[in-house]
Amino acid sequence: MLSDTDRIFTNLYGLQEWGLDAARSRGDWDGTKDILAKGRDWIIDEVKASGLRGRGGAGFPAGLKWSFMPKESTGKPHYLVVNADESEPGTCKDRDILRHDPHKLIEGCLVAGFAMGANAAYIYVRGEFYREAAILDAAVQQAYDAGLIGGDACGSGYDFDIYVHRGAGAYICGEETALLESLEGKKGQPRIKPPFPANMGLYGCPTTINNVETISVAPTICRRSASWFASLGRENNTGTKVFCISGHVNNPCNVEEEMGIPLRELIDKHAGGVRGGWENLKAVIPGGSSVPCLPKSICDDILMDFDSLREVKSGLGTAAVIVMDQSTDIIAAIARLSKFYKHESCGQCTPCREGTGWMWRVMERLVTGDAEIEEIDMLLDVSYEIEGHTICALGDAAAWPVQGVIRHFRDEIEDRIKMRRSKTAA
Amino acid sequence: MAKLTIDGREIDVENGITVLQACEEAGVEIPRFCYHERLSIAGNCRMCLVEMEKAPKPIASCSMPVADGMVIRTNTEMVKKARNGVMEFLLINHPLDCPICDQGGECDLQDQAMAYGFDHSRFVENKRAVSDKYLGPLVETHMTRCIHCTRCIRFSTEVAGVEVLGATGRGENMEVGTYVEAAISSELSANIIDLCPVGALTSKPYAFEARPWELTKTESIDVMDAVGSNIRIDSRGREVMRILPMLNEEVNEEWISDKTRYACDGLARQRLDKPYVKKDGKLRPVSWNEALAAIAERMQDLDGDKLAAIAGDLCDAEAMTALKGLISSMGSTNVDCRQNGAKLQAGLRASYIFNTTIAGIERADACLIIGSNPRIEAPIINARLRKRASAGDFPVGVIGENVDLTYRFQHLGVGASTVKEISEGTHEFFDVLKSAERPMLILGQGALSRPDGEAILASARLIAEDTGMVLGEWNGFNVLHTAASRVAGLDLGLVPGDAGRDVAGILDGAASGEIEFVYLLGADEINMSKLANAFVVYQGHHGDAGAHAADVILPGAAYTEKDGTYVNTEGRVQRGRRATFPPGEAREDWTILRALSDVLGKTLPYDNIGELRAEMVQQAPALGQIDIVSPSSWGDFGVLGEMAEAPFKSPVANFYMTDPISRVSETMAACTEVFVQDGERTGTDG
Repeated sequence: MLSDTDRIFTNLYGLQEWGLDAARSRGDWDGTKDILAKGRDWIIDEVKASGLRGRGGAGFPAGLKWSFMPKESTGKPHYLVVNADESEPGTCKDRDILRHDPHKLIEGCLVAGFAMGANAAYIYVRGEFYREAAILDAAVQQAYDAGLIGGDACGSGYDFDIYVHRGAGAYICGEETALLESLEGKKGQPRIKPPFPANMGLYGCPTTINNVETISVAPTICRRSASWFASLGRENNTGTKVFCISGHVNNPCNVEEEMGIPLRELIDKHAGGVRGGWENLKAVIPGGSSVPCLPKSICDDILMDFDSLREVKSGLGTAAVIVMDQSTDIIAAIARLSKFYKHESCGQCTPCREGTGWMWRVMERLVTGDAEIEEIDMLLDVSYEIEGHTICALGDAAAWPVQGVIRHFRDEIEDRIKMRRSKTAA
Repeated sequence: MAKLTIDGREIDVENGITVLQACEEAGVEIPRFCYHERLSIAGNCRMCLVEMEKAPKPIASCSMPVADGMVIRTNTEMVKKARNGVMEFLLINHPLDCPICDQGGECDLQDQAMAYGFDHSRFVENKRAVSDKYLGPLVETHMTRCIHCTRCIRFSTEVAGVEVLGATGRGENMEVGTYVEAAISSELSANIIDLCPVGALTSKPYAFEARPWELTKTESIDVMDAVGSNIRIDSRGREVMRILPMLNEEVNEEWISDKTRYACDGLARQRLDKPYVKKDGKLRPVSWNEALAAIAERMQDLDGDKLAAIAGDLCDAEAMTALKGLISSMGSTNVDCRQNGAKLQAGLRASYIFNTTIAGIERADACLIIGSNPRIEAPIINARLRKRASAGDFPVGVIGENVDLTYRFQHLGVGASTVKEISEGTHEFFDVLKSAERPMLILGQGALSRPDGEAILASARLIAEDTGMVLGEWNGFNVLHTAASRVAGLDLGLVPGDAGRDVAGILDGAASGEIEFVYLLGADEINMSKLANAFVVYQGHHGDAGAHAADVILPGAAYTEKDGTYVNTEGRVQRGRRATFPPGEAREDWTILRALSDVLGKTLPYDNIGELRAEMVQQAPALGQIDIVSPSSWGDFGVLGEMAEAPFKSPVANFYMTDPISRVSETMAACTEVFVQDGERTGTDG
């Protein structure tokens, strides 16, 4: 269990003020100038050495991503874009960072932005996060007023601006290139890659897009050293992580924990255990709505990090743990997710546009059992026809929950079909 | 160069192209719906997926740039499965209504479904239905068939330059359409019908008219403007069913204007199908012999200077050769091909052609447009200008009407005084042109057909010379014609000889009685009231202005009904081919003139079109070089002088109706109503 001294987000619950003075008392903006003085390469090397992997879902090594930015100025501005369009069902970690600890993010923008040579950062905040955007706006203004950002940020001689932009409420705008399109004022549809944003991003300029949590932990890593961060968790899955535990637990909560904590320990220690006890557990979606669910048998001893979850064909995703007890109709639950993805598909590319609706309709019939047994395999096949064939990862995200439920709960689906058949026969 | 391995074969390709293009070079066909060579890459149909070594997922070959050492496989199980999957997705919500779909037989989806589709559908849910959109009188929509490739959106935004089409809605509810119901206000709008890979956008005038396999396809040349777009005439029996573009990179790429495409229904209306002679004040049908005899009777003993001939805007070079031969054999030099009175002279070819060439526009780096609205005078050339402008660093200055040309330009002035300022080097745009490496200017008929046209021509020549437009192999001096026959007419010297009369002179002479006989070869755009006292022969294909003024009517052939040579504004010689026969007793035009010459006893020295062409090339050697534009030598032309202050005005008032064919076309009438008259309507209309 993570000791209090190793916590990064010390105001995750908003027990203290979010403002600059309170943030300073928590250690933010402490020696930022010195960090910048160590130079771009030092920061990137430190973040690389820390083993920090992106916290937005895909888990791409952050330091490596930053190093893709051009080393020399290309004559164009360079941008850091922070993805605060947190819309993944089950996920609510960035929201707490934005409203309770905004200065962590702002300082992170400066440190990360400086490291990648960015002239400005755009923070794209989910449209529904009205209060959060207002607080972030105010915090950015505080930082400007204190000379922490803007011209000669923190007295480092580096000019750095931060702009807060509010989205309009489309899930797809959380996909990094769709976010850029939206930021440019266009319809939020993912771009084809290559070119990658590091070469051609916002307004055609080199851009790096990172999650709120990824950026927010960067200053602390630089202050407390990469080796400290790397000492937490296990190899390739280092550091701390904010987990969002929701669903059938006694005490749903956000909690910062060490990577690789056993799922059962996470739920028992922080969320007050599964409703009705561990034995009442049916399944867990370990990383937000887009990753396949896991049955209790796997949940018993699974570790919560990128690689362990990948081994069981799921994923850490955003670390949004959705707990479902025995009362859950798992087929209906996944059907609801299918409806979500059908609704949020941008419609640009064929497999996702056509496939998400198809899957949802079949799932709805599976809920009532109004289907043939063979249609389960057909559904699985359709999900594989979507997966990996789309422009962005929304297609994958729509396919995985369906694959997960068929993989682990096929018996239940078949039983329902048989039951309906026997009922109608009677 | 990059070295790729495609399906086990190594191939060297140039850098910067995509995997799909490399596969094509290697002779491997990649199925696609959204990809189009002339549009930006969307990568959304996912049909072109291929396997790339080291990539965990199949990649969209249309959007992946080649890189050295890439290993591409297009025939693996993974690729096959991906394509089958995409095809299945495309078909689940596509209505399988091919038997009643106009695209049937020429549908990309149909063709590719043969290769990648399943024999049955696994989709048992309800199919999507989408309400149809109104896009104007030309484009019919069946939006349920749409596969969301966005080609139409990209064409209208990128090539046509009108941002009217877009996608609204998300996911399976995404719909392509105009955001607010509106007709697509572009002269190139119907090209989206060709681009649509399915039957979502089809041709409204051609709806349910024919199946592609019933049609005879004839490659020919368009005469609706002076661009000389390459077209394919699809005919069934005696009827032209539709006109489609043919690929010619140098001229029209693969686009044609809406008029080129749709004026063809005018070919079946108000046709002159038998000879007429005016008796007792009324035109009465007669036999060919009677008609020719009636002409010979009036013409026979007339002095040459009492005779005149005017060639119209749609004439083929062969007919004009014959006309010139006939008139000069009668001792007359009163012949003119410049119905609009353009002050251009025959002789120095560089003075009356589009020297830069249409494709050459893409190499230019600054442009001055004088007295022209290329958007309606030559939409295809305007599309090239837009293409060049979209590439950036292309300052365009316009002297004339301040209209939307679909690209940004600087409006320098409205009339000749601005031309004067630039020619004297006192206008700032002079420096823009001067500092450009390959500047060009376009001189339109709106400036040339004025009384002071010759002075404007001379000023334009000065601008060209002083700003370095004529330098080495580059010639930036361009005349934009609006008549398909004009350059050939000038090449053949259909201008008045010594002491001869031009069009204005002929009309005035006819009014005053000095001209007693006027031969109109398809000439309809002149003031016919002045011809009241003269004996007028009208040879042409439509009952337009000329026929109404005629004493004898000789029915000729329209451009789809004869083999003919046309020279476009660039000076490019192209051959049109006969797709259908002329109606009734109408004949190919040169044969009519040849027959008349026989009756007159001045038989023209050719018995077939081959001999005629040999004679034609002898008179104008440039006409012998088919589809080649060779640089013309520069020289002195135009006469400097006073220029009037009146603003330049484009000769084309209504793009959709400019000649006898388009004036009787129902489709063009519908377009006129929607696009031209719409703005003039008031609340009390209808």
